[in-house]
Amino acid sequence: MKYLNLIWRNVWRKKTRAIFTLASIVMAFLLFGLLNAVRQAFEGGVELAGVDRLVMTNKVSLIQPLPFAYQERIRKVPGVAAVTNASWFGGYYQNEKNFFAQFPVDPEGYLQMYPEIVLPPEQKLAWLTDREGAIIGRATANQFGFKVGQRIPILGSPWRRIDGKTAWEFNIVGIYDGTSKGTDTTSLLFRYDYFDEARAARKGDVGWYIIRVKDPDRAAAVARDIDACFANSSAESKTSTERAFAQGFVNQMGNIGAIVQAISAAVFFIILLVTANTFAQSVRERTNEIAVLKTLGYTPGRILLLVLAESFFVAGLGAFLGLMLALGLTIGLGPAVARFFPIFYIPGQALIDGAAIALGLGLFAGTFPAIAAMRLPIAAALRRV
Amino acid sequence: MAAEQEIIVSVRNLYKNFHRGSEEVEVLKGLSLDIPRGEFLALMGPSGSGKSTLLNLIGGLDRPSRGSIVVAGQRIDRLSDAELAAWRARSVGFIFQMYNLLPVLTAERNVELPLLLTRLSRSERKRRSRLALKLVGLGDRMKHYPRQLSGGQEQRVGIARAIVTDPMLLLCDEPTGDLDRKSGTEILDLLSRLNREHGKTIIMVTHDPQAAARASRTLHFDKGALLVESAA
Repeated sequence: MKYLNLIWRNVWRKKTRAIFTLASIVMAFLLFGLLNAVRQAFEGGVELAGVDRLVMTNKVSLIQPLPFAYQERIRKVPGVAAVTNASWFGGYYQNEKNFFAQFPVDPEGYLQMYPEIVLPPEQKLAWLTDREGAIIGRATANQFGFKVGQRIPILGSPWRRIDGKTAWEFNIVGIYDGTSKGTDTTSLLFRYDYFDEARAARKGDVGWYIIRVKDPDRAAAVARDIDACFANSSAESKTSTERAFAQGFVNQMGNIGAIVQAISAAVFFIILLVTANTFAQSVRERTNEIAVLKTLGYTPGRILLLVLAESFFVAGLGAFLGLMLALGLTIGLGPAVARFFPIFYIPGQALIDGAAIALGLGLFAGTFPAIAAMRLPIAAALRRV
Repeated sequence: MAAEQEIIVSVRNLYKNFHRGSEEVEVLKGLSLDIPRGEFLALMGPSGSGKSTLLNLIGGLDRPSRGSIVVAGQRIDRLSDAELAAWRARSVGFIFQMYNLLPVLTAERNVELPLLLTRLSRSERKRRSRLALKLVGLGDRMKHYPRQLSGGQEQRVGIARAIVTDPMLLLCDEPTGDLDRKSGTEILDLLSRLNREHGKTIIMVTHDPQAAARASRTLHFDKGALLVESAA
């Protein structure tokens, strides 16, 4: 700690250079943080997918429906603990910009299937008793200011009502939260029985089934058994684990993790070169001062540590500011990007990775100048003045 | 020189060679020398005569090619780099021609630099730094940066830094070489006082006969050998 003043003064000896170097590191870590938030937005669903849940879709494609009658047949397949369904509604609130996902579901079965959805008991009861009732996630409720008791119209859905109206109206009876930060709380869930009764076409169809298996280790076998039940039927099925289903979605966008890694690696490599060069230059300019410190009795090892400490300080400060800025931005931008990225935050692991990268950056940028300073011959360096 | 005087620096058969490309230059040629404790010794001679090299060797900044250097009973040419650094920190104060202060630190912080290597508390380091600055007459310039000081004041800070750890030996490499006559005289007065009143052994390299006149003994060098010795 007693060397802190010396380190601090040396870091800021050329303010403009120090600020630009620091700014470049801050920008690199800001980008790293934001890229990881985007990666989390894509892959968070995969990470959070239940290990004991399967998703069954139409074998042709996800947008092809499945008969509701399949539900009881699925329930009878050995190894199945529970089954429920959901469908894509595809509307928006007021105008197209106000999009959030809406799903008609079986309230009781869906809430049992997804224990990560947290709904107060009285609101659950209200949902079960109100056929036009809907529950909405906290993020969307906050974004649009929805309150319990409010009646909201959802427009633009491809599902027409039997009465000819295009707008579907729902009573907000509950606002749900998630058990973890990664739980999607942007969707509106409403009752399938109301939906099926009120829609003009394709009655008795559902979008997909969600199945809980008794033994996650037998998930693949159960999935095969389920698909075998519907082989050669008019609507053949494709069942996979929820994780594989979520990963399939992400893969449609490409390997987000690899893309994030590649961009981060390129950025950090450039920053490493810039920082190492700046740092080497800074130490070269101080050859005489380092020789003076050695003259005063600073050992080669102490000189090495002092120079490395400067490097770690700059890298650490830049990383801290960059990641804090990224954290602030993800919190601030969360509502604005919720339409595209319902889960948008920097995971803790990314912060740990960032800290490790900062350490590496400090080490690599500082090592060569520090070794050069450590080896500096005093008498020769003093003669250079 | 009185026979009973304690010898603080003893140099025996000292050689120092430098390499310039493929050429080997012999700067010191078998030099032997004794310096008693409390002496103010001046080293004079033309550039390249080996006086600064000798100063560096006695101060443990460089290593001899051959020969021995004993300072206060310690054979310093046999110490490792780390041991030599620790020895310099507690035994020697260096005063440079160009002052060699760290421009990013205040006068007080510059003087404190050698004390950072000790186990002294922050308050004690501060007290000793201020005391050293007061001793050199800069009690009112503690918070000034080197760029805010005159050359003479900078050299005083350099002297304060050299004496703050209370070393037995002060090694001065042309301490007045970059100063005007008035400032140079003040610095020499200060060094004389440190020698006379505080008992510091001083070895000073200089080109200036007036500076050398302050010393109790002057050694004249040429081509790596001791030419002549003159007493004040």
